[in-house]
Amino acid sequence: MTADVLRVHGLVVHYHTPLGAVKAADNVSFSLKAGERLGFAGESGSGKSTMVLAILRMIKSPGRIEAGEIWLDDRNLLTLSEEEMRQVRLARIAMIPQGSMNSLNPVMRVKQQIADALVDHGTRLPKRQVEERVRGLLQSVGLQPEVASMFPHELSGGMKQRACIAIAISLRPKVIIADEPTSALDVVVQKQVMETLARVQRELDASVILVGHDMGLVAQFVDRVGVMYAGRLVELSPVRDIFTKSLHPYTQMLIASLPSLDQKGAFQGIPGLPPLLRDLPPGCAFHPRCPHAVDRCRMEEPGSREVRPNSWAACHLL
Amino acid sequence: MEQSAASLRSSAGTARSGRLTGVLRYLHRNPSLVVGIVLLSGLVLFVGIGNILVDTSKARALSAPAMKPPSLQYPFGTDRQGRDLLAVMVAGTPLTLRIGFIAGFLGVGIGSILGFVSAYYRGTVDTVIRGVADIGLTVPGLLVLIIIAVSIKEGLTVDQMAIIVASLAWLNPTRTIRAQVLSLRERGYVEVARLSGMSGPEIIFKELMPNLLPYLGATLVNAVSNAILASIGLEVLGLGPIESPTLGMTLYWVNYNAALINGWWWWWTAPIVIILIVFLGLFFLTVGLDEIANPRLRRTA
Amino acid sequence: MTTLLEARGVSKIFGGGVFDRSSTVALEDFSMAIDSGRPSITAVVGESGSGKTTLARLLLGLVTPTRGQVLYQGQDLQAMAHGDWRAFRRDVQVIFQDPYEVYNPFYRVDHVLSTPVAKFRLASTRAEARGVIEEALKAVGLRPEETLGRFPHQLSGGQRQRVMVARALLLKPRLILADEPVSMVDASLRATILSSLRTMNVERGISIIYITHDLATAYQISENLVVLYRGSVAEVGDVELVVKRPSHPYTQLLISSIPLASAERSWATESAGAPAGPQAPSNAGCRFADRCPSVMGPCLQAPPPLFQTDRHRAVACYLYQSAPALAGDKMGNAFAGSASRAPGNSAGAPMAP
Repeated sequence: MTADVLRVHGLVVHYHTPLGAVKAADNVSFSLKAGERLGFAGESGSGKSTMVLAILRMIKSPGRIEAGEIWLDDRNLLTLSEEEMRQVRLARIAMIPQGSMNSLNPVMRVKQQIADALVDHGTRLPKRQVEERVRGLLQSVGLQPEVASMFPHELSGGMKQRACIAIAISLRPKVIIADEPTSALDVVVQKQVMETLARVQRELDASVILVGHDMGLVAQFVDRVGVMYAGRLVELSPVRDIFTKSLHPYTQMLIASLPSLDQKGAFQGIPGLPPLLRDLPPGCAFHPRCPHAVDRCRMEEPGSREVRPNSWAACHLL
Repeated sequence: MEQSAASLRSSAGTARSGRLTGVLRYLHRNPSLVVGIVLLSGLVLFVGIGNILVDTSKARALSAPAMKPPSLQYPFGTDRQGRDLLAVMVAGTPLTLRIGFIAGFLGVGIGSILGFVSAYYRGTVDTVIRGVADIGLTVPGLLVLIIIAVSIKEGLTVDQMAIIVASLAWLNPTRTIRAQVLSLRERGYVEVARLSGMSGPEIIFKELMPNLLPYLGATLVNAVSNAILASIGLEVLGLGPIESPTLGMTLYWVNYNAALINGWWWWWTAPIVIILIVFLGLFFLTVGLDEIANPRLRRTA
Repeated sequence: MTTLLEARGVSKIFGGGVFDRSSTVALEDFSMAIDSGRPSITAVVGESGSGKTTLARLLLGLVTPTRGQVLYQGQDLQAMAHGDWRAFRRDVQVIFQDPYEVYNPFYRVDHVLSTPVAKFRLASTRAEARGVIEEALKAVGLRPEETLGRFPHQLSGGQRQRVMVARALLLKPRLILADEPVSMVDASLRATILSSLRTMNVERGISIIYITHDLATAYQISENLVVLYRGSVAEVGDVELVVKRPSHPYTQLLISSIPLASAERSWATESAGAPAGPQAPSNAGCRFADRCPSVMGPCLQAPPPLFQTDRHRAVACYLYQSAPALAGDKMGNAFAGSASRAPGNSAGAPMAP
């Protein structure tokens, strides 16, 4: 039985706005095994980005982690001090945030930005060795050594994103979280970047959490998929099962709505709209749009159950 | 049925009170705006009540015994020419403010038209307007104003003063408004408006201007503030409307009569305090309006 | 057959002025015609830098071509009389990519619907205008009472985009140009918008030019596909042919890079191919030569013309130079549903679709 690297129990994150509490993440629980690739798929507002930010304790006011436990190496991250948490970030868990390629400092050369990450975490190495480390990191993400002295605007989108991956792996973390790492990239470049990510994961023997809204990307890259809707984790299954025998109606309808390249068919969207996170419907959040909803769905929130071995879903009908 | 009607009514009620609480809540978040409004309202009250209670004819020379320190009869004292200083403040403050408002409005009005036209149409029009504004901005403004003021032979009225100050007040607003419009005109909705058949002026008025109202408001307050400062500057130099008891003219007389050295503290305290309140009020108002105008804080999805 | 909207040898070059030595060729000698007879759906697929956005703007008359012409019903957009121009603005509508930017935050969403009604005089009274607007909203599956009177930020991205589709419908156009209409919309709502587009084509006879980077949606909605690469056409033809049996090395690379939402791991088998450098290729030949696994001598000399390899497909690649060449402005001959016959000698070109 592979060990769990990361365990999340009952994570609840609320954003307190003048109009009410926005329940961005509601009772999310899952575990990440060593060497595993776990994907979180969902549409905008489903809570997936909030959840990964919460894992790194990077939720800013008016957001607050209301409840939950996040276990990494037998330590509950939510009980650590700010300084201890700072040590955990990048060294144990690294994140490639959404739009990170646009967040590279435009006036610093690439090698400087990577070196900064190393130095900031207390790496006391002479300059030559730091430069060597930087070169090695660039090589492991498939970038030429010349890139080290370049500025971000001299790089293409794919190269910038790979530079961000280099920063993320600079301290050899055990968990890499990638939040929409390829959303602004072309399809061909996207594949290269994901191949790079896969390669560094193998070299580091790390685990990856991939957050995205592109089901195709998730399908081709991860081992297990967690489907999020309205801040809740509605299904968590191995990737093959998600696409061949998914459990939750939302997952089924979402996959049915995706345009295929195999044959032409009718367009099948999901009627209705995703709910407002500050005004969730009672019971199951999906019931207003679910064709199989019964009375129980309207009154009682379904808990997550292991419907099949290693497949969890939150639905009364299963 | 009944329940929903009642809830409809109560939700309408809460909608109305919701807007009031929304405004109050916003004011709570924007203290600068509140301070600015309070200061300026206080001033307006002072002038308003003052004009009712105080005899403004006493603001003229030789209407009261000269050089009296503040007393019950003359709360602000009197000056060397026998003016009741309270009457002077009550009569003069609105004059100074009027100069500022006329000049500010004229300046921003002309500046807006030129700025919008320049930014929307680009090309030669833009080059000409921008060129004139840029050249104008490099010339020292006070110098120009002095030259103009000096060349006017007869006595200056308050309104003429306003026009003089306005003649330079449009330069900066033209540039800043142009910059704002330049970024706005690239927005998707401007393109959609064009494709929907709207003409250039229509787009300027209906699509661009409404989105700039907060910014124009902030620019206006700024312009008024600058205009008041310029007018006071000219008046202190003696180039203002000599007959009028404006704040700047009072300071001119203070200077002329060396009130500082002579220890007639009540003469220069009153105008300076009022000028301070005017500027602080306008400053906080600008900061408060700036917060509204800043798109970072504006309420979008 | 008369054409509705036509691009004839259109090129657009940015920069390259007297003081600016670097210039970018956004689109090179592009020709495409939309027939006025049969309502069609044509997809133009390209990645960033392919020139598809420039093409959209050229076809809408928002940008003037450096070379070539854009013709509406046979008339050059640049030389149109006012009346014809208004007819063009009514008959050709657009749906933009960003459902946020196209709304003026100052106004309710009604504004974006009432403006064209007023400007094009679609109604004489307020009530009539309201009726026209409500009908358009219902046609795209929106409920007027839930949509009108709201501010843009109160609607979801999908709803906003549907309002834009409704707006396009108001003027009863003959052609709608959809520039990435669903790329910024959630997956579950995309299908509804695409379904509306298809309905409009089938039920109202509106032709559609669908511009996107997403090959899957292009495949689902269109009959014909034009693949753009760096300003030139790489491959064109019946969408079933181009997608199922791509001929151009770029098209093959593109399709193999698409992550499929299925249980089958197609990514694991193919490698991603050579990455594109940040700068545009400077050679005089085929623009894909620097990345092409099958590059040959002629590829570096001159850009390849379109070779019609099938009845309904043409490829701009020297690998297929045995097939008859197709002149750029006759590109429509390769479209499925075109009435024109295959060119030249029957000995060369295979006729099977």
